[in-house]
Amino acid sequence: MTLKTTESSQFEATKEVEKEILIDVQNVKKYFPIKGGVLKRTIGHLKAVDDVSFTIYKGETLGIVGESGSGKSTLGRLLIRLLDPTEGKILFQEADITHLTQRQVRPYRQDMQIVFQDPFASLNSKMSVEQLIEEPLIVQGRLDRNQRKARILEIIEKVGLRPSDRQKYPHEFSGGQRQRISIARALVLKPKFVICDEPVSALDVSIQAQVLNLMKDLQDEFGLTYLFIAHDLSVVKHISERVAVMYLGRLAEIAPKNRLYENPLHPYTKALLSSIPVIDLDEDASKVKREKIKLSGDLPSPANPPSGCTFRTRCPQAHERCAIDRPELREIEEDHFVACHLYDNK
Amino acid sequence: MQSISNNEQPAEDMTMDVDRKHRSPFQLSMRRFMRNKLAIAGLVVLTLIVCASIFAPLLTDYDPEEANLLMVEQKPSSDHILGTDSSGRDNFARLLYGSRISLTIGFSAMLFTVLIGLIMGAVSGYYGGIIDNIIMRVTDIILALPFIVLAMTIMALLEKVTIGLFIVIIAVTAWPSLARIVRGTFLSLREQEFVLGARAIGARDSRIIFRHFIPNAIGPIIVNATLMMASMILFESGLSFIGMGIPQPTPTWGNMISEAQNIRVLRYHPEAWIPPGLSILITVLAINFIGDGLRDAFDPKSDRR
Repeated sequence: MTLKTTESSQFEATKEVEKEILIDVQNVKKYFPIKGGVLKRTIGHLKAVDDVSFTIYKGETLGIVGESGSGKSTLGRLLIRLLDPTEGKILFQEADITHLTQRQVRPYRQDMQIVFQDPFASLNSKMSVEQLIEEPLIVQGRLDRNQRKARILEIIEKVGLRPSDRQKYPHEFSGGQRQRISIARALVLKPKFVICDEPVSALDVSIQAQVLNLMKDLQDEFGLTYLFIAHDLSVVKHISERVAVMYLGRLAEIAPKNRLYENPLHPYTKALLSSIPVIDLDEDASKVKREKIKLSGDLPSPANPPSGCTFRTRCPQAHERCAIDRPELREIEEDHFVACHLYDNK
Repeated sequence: MQSISNNEQPAEDMTMDVDRKHRSPFQLSMRRFMRNKLAIAGLVVLTLIVCASIFAPLLTDYDPEEANLLMVEQKPSSDHILGTDSSGRDNFARLLYGSRISLTIGFSAMLFTVLIGLIMGAVSGYYGGIIDNIIMRVTDIILALPFIVLAMTIMALLEKVTIGLFIVIIAVTAWPSLARIVRGTFLSLREQEFVLGARAIGARDSRIIFRHFIPNAIGPIIVNATLMMASMILFESGLSFIGMGIPQPTPTWGNMISEAQNIRVLRYHPEAWIPPGLSILITVLAINFIGDGLRDAFDPKSDRR
């Protein structure tokens, strides 16, 4: 126990020194119009991301967890401007990239990349591995042919593929191998920031750890900053320093990993944590600590979210206020933010 | 016996494996195509026909357009293998030279149609929105008009139908069906993650269209283009047969058969109209076999190895 506290305090101390903000997200919203009727007029909005603010520090991994439909992938795509935000501000290294056109964003793409979930859909099957990895370099156009070939060889080795794999095509690889190709494609530009959009959830469990470890190693080597999107907390725990929990387009809680896993504040986080299956050898202790919280019902429609706190319809601790006021994300402890009325008095 | 086959099996597998490496999906499709006997037969036949049309001057000494009124409707002889037509022109020479016209029209009209259809479909499927709406309404209108009647009307309004004009008319009236196929393929590709991935590295629209969309849409395009070529040869023959196509004296298979509108020729000179008829049949059949072979080759589900 004592060991743990010193470790975490040490960790925080080192972080204090180099807390340099890489990405600053301010009140970002993404509403998708819902069109209907004969004239295709907008009859409503799907609030995929609704007023989200947070920062990502240089060199860290921020995990984002949420059910499918919670808007986490949309959020990721907003950050690297694959989607245009409806409102809000996105600062990348203090530069406002919110309203840049695709042409203007192009130079920034060198510094921010994405690894997609499905390794079968995210690689163009008609291109060889070499073509796939070379494409970002050609598009960004900073290197000549020989430099590109050298860079490809270097990155191929780094992600654990063989140089002879260059001439192969995606259909000749397994899911895990394909994901390595995706990672190589993302990292060949030597970006600063990589969005990992559920990079392991399509893989076999036995391969997941391999790919996660690879990503961790590469992070150390290249000094990468990750935004790691996942739908369960166990994968995120492995790789993140801080974890954010998303529910219906909004942030429910954001905190350093250990704090979040040991002392979750938001009822939703508690429910998510209790749903992680664990093999606990110390049975008595686990019974005391882990009460199973079951959430009833489904995720409400983001087109028509509940009033007040969006989680109230499934929250075991909901009270009257939750239906009226929308809880804002507030710092309850240091670095521990939560959006819940249960902590209004703190 | 058992041990021998056991020894052979892995060796074969390994060579297969080495063989299969570095083959792009397109090359794999071509290999599947090469294993399709019917399609290869079609390809061989078509090649022979193409050769015959290219080397026509070597195969006959007669000018297909030169009339000789002293030698009208001759029976086959050593001078005129297939006899002569009602203007005394050598039928065999007309058959050979006629294949040039039929194949040229089939191929160029197909190429031109694919070009227009590809551009229209690509723009429509890639950009969507208002442009898509406009292009699709135009295709709706053209598709609502019967293709043959539309083409015939345009040709009837023109004074002289040349081959070039004929090709343009076919392309202008036939592109909508291909544009729809391309648009549909593009629409489904637009939602694929690898396209988003191309955007994420900052690829321009032109690169996304040419490097990502078209290579992935090439299968259906090639298949439809091939089958379209067959139907265009038929279309030219049909129009020439009823006298709305390429006018005399230019030989085409269609206007050779139109000789058979004369009951005398039909009854007493089968050598004048059966060969061009058979030529059309064989050519179209060969192209359709190739088209079917390509369809199977590009459909990954048909890979039964």
